[in-house]
Amino acid sequence: MNNRNRKNAENAPSEKRKTSAATKISFVLPGAGQMMRGQIVKGALYLLTTAAFVLYLSAFGGRYLMHLFSGHLGTKTAGEVWNDKLGIYEKVAGDNSFLILLYSVATVVVVAAFVVLWAMNVKGNFALDKLIAAGGKPPSFSEDVKTLFDEKLYVPLLLPPFIGLLVFTVMPLVFMTLIAFTDYDANHMPPGKLFGWVGLDNFRAMFSFSGGNGGFAAVFLRVLAWTFVWAFFATFTNYFFGLLLAMAINKKGIKGKKFWRTLFVVVIAVPQFVTLLLMQKILDNNGILNVLLGKEIHWLTDKSRFALLPRLSIILVNVWIGVPYTLLMCSGILMNIPEESYEAARIDGASPAQIFFKVTMPYMLHVTAPYLITQFVGNINNFNVIWLLTGGGPADNVYYGSASAQSTDLLVTWLYRLTTDQNPRYNIASVIGVVIFVVCAVLSLIAYNRSGAVKNEEEYQ
Amino acid sequence: MSSNAERRKTPRLRKEKRRAGNAFVYFLLALLGFLWILPIFYLLYTALRVRPSTGIINRLFPDGLRLGTDNFSRLFRETAFPLWLKNTLVVSVCSCAISTLFILMVSYALSRMRFRLRKPIMNVLLVLGMFPGFMSMIAVYFILKAMNLTDSLTALVLVYSGSAALSYYICKGFFDTIPRAMEEAALLDGANRLTVFFRVTLPLCRPVAVYTVVTTFIAPWCDFIFVNTIVHDSEKYTVALGLYRMINQDKSSFNDNFTVFCAGATVVGAIIVALFMSMQRYYVEGVTGGSVKG
Repeated sequence: MNNRNRKNAENAPSEKRKTSAATKISFVLPGAGQMMRGQIVKGALYLLTTAAFVLYLSAFGGRYLMHLFSGHLGTKTAGEVWNDKLGIYEKVAGDNSFLILLYSVATVVVVAAFVVLWAMNVKGNFALDKLIAAGGKPPSFSEDVKTLFDEKLYVPLLLPPFIGLLVFTVMPLVFMTLIAFTDYDANHMPPGKLFGWVGLDNFRAMFSFSGGNGGFAAVFLRVLAWTFVWAFFATFTNYFFGLLLAMAINKKGIKGKKFWRTLFVVVIAVPQFVTLLLMQKILDNNGILNVLLGKEIHWLTDKSRFALLPRLSIILVNVWIGVPYTLLMCSGILMNIPEESYEAARIDGASPAQIFFKVTMPYMLHVTAPYLITQFVGNINNFNVIWLLTGGGPADNVYYGSASAQSTDLLVTWLYRLTTDQNPRYNIASVIGVVIFVVCAVLSLIAYNRSGAVKNEEEYQ
Repeated sequence: MSSNAERRKTPRLRKEKRRAGNAFVYFLLALLGFLWILPIFYLLYTALRVRPSTGIINRLFPDGLRLGTDNFSRLFRETAFPLWLKNTLVVSVCSCAISTLFILMVSYALSRMRFRLRKPIMNVLLVLGMFPGFMSMIAVYFILKAMNLTDSLTALVLVYSGSAALSYYICKGFFDTIPRAMEEAALLDGANRLTVFFRVTLPLCRPVAVYTVVTTFIAPWCDFIFVNTIVHDSEKYTVALGLYRMINQDKSSFNDNFTVFCAGATVVGAIIVALFMSMQRYYVEGVTGGSVKG
């Protein structure tokens, strides 16, 4: 609606407004209120959507909505049933817990979307009441559309991307989170067998130390600890070496700056999975590196000392992969550091080391804080490096037992292995996913909302 | 007095010191440059090798140094590489177009317009981006199956561009740095927001648009996990999955295929280098302008 009209409505003497009949009807029949007051097209659109929604519920969604309250995810197992009339065994499709859950989630999303639409309809009707009471005229459809592409441009701008998000991120996310509360594993694979709700059992298994079915806690803590150690070292080695390299190239009097930069940045051009597979072959027990050294060093498979050597190798290879990116980013920012601050430090007699720690580092850390956080979270989820180099290995039954985790596994690679194993355990994998999600979300929410980039959002405008 | 003398001495001393320092820096750069370029060199070398009988991965010169374009002709004649190349190109062009549009739309709305749900939306996007994508891969697969889309390039396009809105952050940062004055002038002149978006803002943010185009274009060339789950028909493979499968299908095929794999990797690398080269200037500007600021 128009800004001017709204202002009129607000300025109108505050007589006691009565909810009009049209608005009351629109509670039950979305769009009716608009149509009764001349907004034919808008009202018709609301009505049509409502009709489509009702049709969807009765033909398809309703069943799945009921399922959510039934407490189980299907009862009929697929199999063969004797058919007396025909005198043969007939194949019966049976229920599929997986699909039931998926469609239920989809239906909930559709219902939620409709509720939002309904609320918009009611709100619009109240606004119309106000407007008419103030003597305004309801905006025509073409006026509405015009507003949509002007003051409310954010609606058409955000809508298509958000529909994509809803289908390809939110729905799968909700779905996989729900799996964490079921017993979906190798013994409960639909359509052959069904799975059902088990409450918090999986979380209990994950966080308890006792043996038996559960008792993942010891393994979980080991993997979690390594995940953090890895993320810390991966982030900061890349950052420091990249920064130092950028400083070396940017140093006064160094010739061929462009050449040096290109030399390192070329590495980015080769896709990561290629360089990682290549590195894995180079570091292989029979690989080219060992051949050249004339020794057999198990770079990626040595189990001794908590798999220290593979862990170091991974971090080193990651430096090789990551430094060019940091270089690319840092060299631009370094040039922005005001020359005066260096000059002042030099006149005060600061040594190069002091200048680095007192001038360069604080500036860089201040400016690149958001980048560092993104990198840290990205490294917690860095699947490719670990998976392609060691595959999470070497396997070590002493420390990791039957939990399917291995020595260099991060939470994500452990999760992946649990779902692609001979005996997949989707439920436990989902628990890990929820944990990763919580850790990363908390970390980044705190960090982002504290960093200057968010606070001083409008600094440059 | 002494300080005066020191000051007179410093220029020469400093120059000498700097010269020694520079020599060290050159040495360091050369050494590191060598280390960084070595694996790339190894890749090129393996790609150009004429296939010896044994010892592809564990000998540097099994039958002496013989180079040729053997592997490349094998790559294009004996494998489905040309088809994979075509698939990847189709997927990346489509997903790049959709993703870039989505990202620019979201960034503009969140940077330029003020509405009630803006802050909550930004936080929700941030949190959603933290969820490991491939954890929901199985669910995505079944959603696509319900739409009857698995084993198709359309599915890949949807998967790569569907969640594009999540990577709005850098782009929005860049939008934030563009002065509003020009847009406001246009608005005062009576242009509506949509016109302003296309005519005024988009031309101003060319660097970050190019950056977005490059990153979204490259994604399908590098991902093999999602394709692996969604596509099972080898006719619909992308380059990444094809190459990955080439050496990871079984251990015995590895020695046979490694040189061909390297040839394929070289081709992909060359394509990406060409893209970078043509866009490099904008690329650096786009990143430094958007991702980082105090």
